[in-house]
Amino acid sequence: MRAMVYRGPYRIRVEDKPRPAIEHPNDAIVRVTRAAICGSDLHLYHGMMPDTRVGMTFGHEFIGVVDEVGPSVQTRQPGDRVMVPFNIFCGTCFFCARGLYANCHNVNPNATAVGGIYGYSHTCGGYDGGQAEYVRVPFADVGPSPIPDWMDDEDAVLLTDAVATGYFGAQLGDIGEGDVVVVFGAGPVGLSAAKSSWLMGAGRVIVIDHLEYRLAKARTFAHAETHNFTEHADVVVLLKKLTDRLGADVAIDAVGAEADGNLLQHITSAKLKLQGGSPIALNWAIDSVRKGGTVSVMGAYGPMFSAVKFGDAMNKGLTLRMNQCPVKRQWPRLFEHVRNGYLKPSELVTHRIPLEHIAEGYHIFSAKLDGCIKPLVVPEAA
Amino acid sequence: MAYTQQKPPNPETSGQLRARIPGWGADLDPKDRPAVPKEQFEPHPYGAEWDFPDRQPEERPRERSIEHEFLTPVFGTSCPPHGVSGVIRRTAYQRYSEGRAAHWLLLIAADRVDALESTLRSFASRHPDNPVTETGILSEIKHHGLRSRRGQKRADLIHQPLDPLIVAAPWIIAGVLGYRAVRRIRRSQGSTS
Repeated sequence: MRAMVYRGPYRIRVEDKPRPAIEHPNDAIVRVTRAAICGSDLHLYHGMMPDTRVGMTFGHEFIGVVDEVGPSVQTRQPGDRVMVPFNIFCGTCFFCARGLYANCHNVNPNATAVGGIYGYSHTCGGYDGGQAEYVRVPFADVGPSPIPDWMDDEDAVLLTDAVATGYFGAQLGDIGEGDVVVVFGAGPVGLSAAKSSWLMGAGRVIVIDHLEYRLAKARTFAHAETHNFTEHADVVVLLKKLTDRLGADVAIDAVGAEADGNLLQHITSAKLKLQGGSPIALNWAIDSVRKGGTVSVMGAYGPMFSAVKFGDAMNKGLTLRMNQCPVKRQWPRLFEHVRNGYLKPSELVTHRIPLEHIAEGYHIFSAKLDGCIKPLVVPEAA
Repeated sequence: MAYTQQKPPNPETSGQLRARIPGWGADLDPKDRPAVPKEQFEPHPYGAEWDFPDRQPEERPRERSIEHEFLTPVFGTSCPPHGVSGVIRRTAYQRYSEGRAAHWLLLIAADRVDALESTLRSFASRHPDNPVTETGILSEIKHHGLRSRRGQKRADLIHQPLDPLIVAAPWIIAGVLGYRAVRRIRRSQGSTS
């Protein structure tokens, strides 16, 4: 089969690889019909995530058709159109039994601090991902769900991570009616978090980024006020002024490890890999939220330490809430929101890239060319 | 304002927002939020009938965090460790927990060694690495590289010039090492003739 393969920082190519096989009785093999490149894939692409091995296939956002199932699979069968959450989870360990599907203890031998994720380094379990023609899907009875007949494929693929994570981030903010919410980052996750904040009853939603075309999208897709931080000497002072010096009630970090806005932080993390991530957006969130407020973090960081302004968080009495999104837990309610037209995930898609051209797709997304917000990957067999 | 009891009013009331934004307030009640509360006990969701899953066969020794009691019942088999990078990776896993910086720094070092090893190995294969196609750099021409940056207040433009250096560094290092090796061999041949 054809598959995207990592060759080293900033280098990928498409190769012939063996079709994945059933390795566990509850595995399925899924023929991929649509995949996406996630902003967090860029952390792998840039060589930031420890234990990212040459030869790995990335891709944790994908949908497809079940091609084969293992002997213990009861609920899925060949031919099913399925959407697959980015979390690999067993469903019954201590953490899964409590709904913490992103924190499953039975699927990642390489680390206890993170669960299993498709195509996301050996630190996340060493599973190949869905930027390929076929992918192995463990616990086929637990993770994948049938795509509802009424749902568009592009809506479905964005619900496997980006939109579900944005929606989850708004929930982490514990938003109350009339709350002022500031969202750092206008990528697909930040845009989804901003849009979802209104569903929770926010009174004002402010989005901060440095890319004008993404801020324009935040105004139309998420009905948000927007500010380009490069136009202001100090974004924290800006946000204090915008909130009558009080600070936002809720701040959401939807940027993660490669945040811009402080060259020293960015270079030491994204380029020199001396930090687990560049915590610029997180520090801005801590400084711009009001005392007693809530900071929600679902921007992805690596496992190393980062220079976070923890003292300010403590002195301000903040609540810090964070996790990888337990995707499947969000789906029933998200399906309702998509069906009611409150969320339209496919509006985030800007590029559709054939699998054979995926190296160019990664560069377009990484260098932010051509107004790129969300690139999809289309295998030829799809 | 911040110096008195009252919070400043928002530019729009809830009623105005409900009229303007589709779905405003649909999840106002926390009971409608699927991630609230954080932990919700449900022992066998989605058809999972086992207490402990069947074990995936361990076809070859699989590295694992020493914070785990045993190899997890299911695991990925994407890229088994190999070569010098594999030795470094096994050392990181066998000696250091996830709580130690050495664990992660060794794994990052192994990643760099792996990239160099793989590139060198590719030159002895039918598919040598090609930095032009693999970086997708030609998309700069096809997808408006100049227009995407010119006149934009983008914070990333200041460090983007470092990216080609990061890509080129292993190639330059390999070239310098190769040149030195060839020169040393020639010198030794010259001194023996």
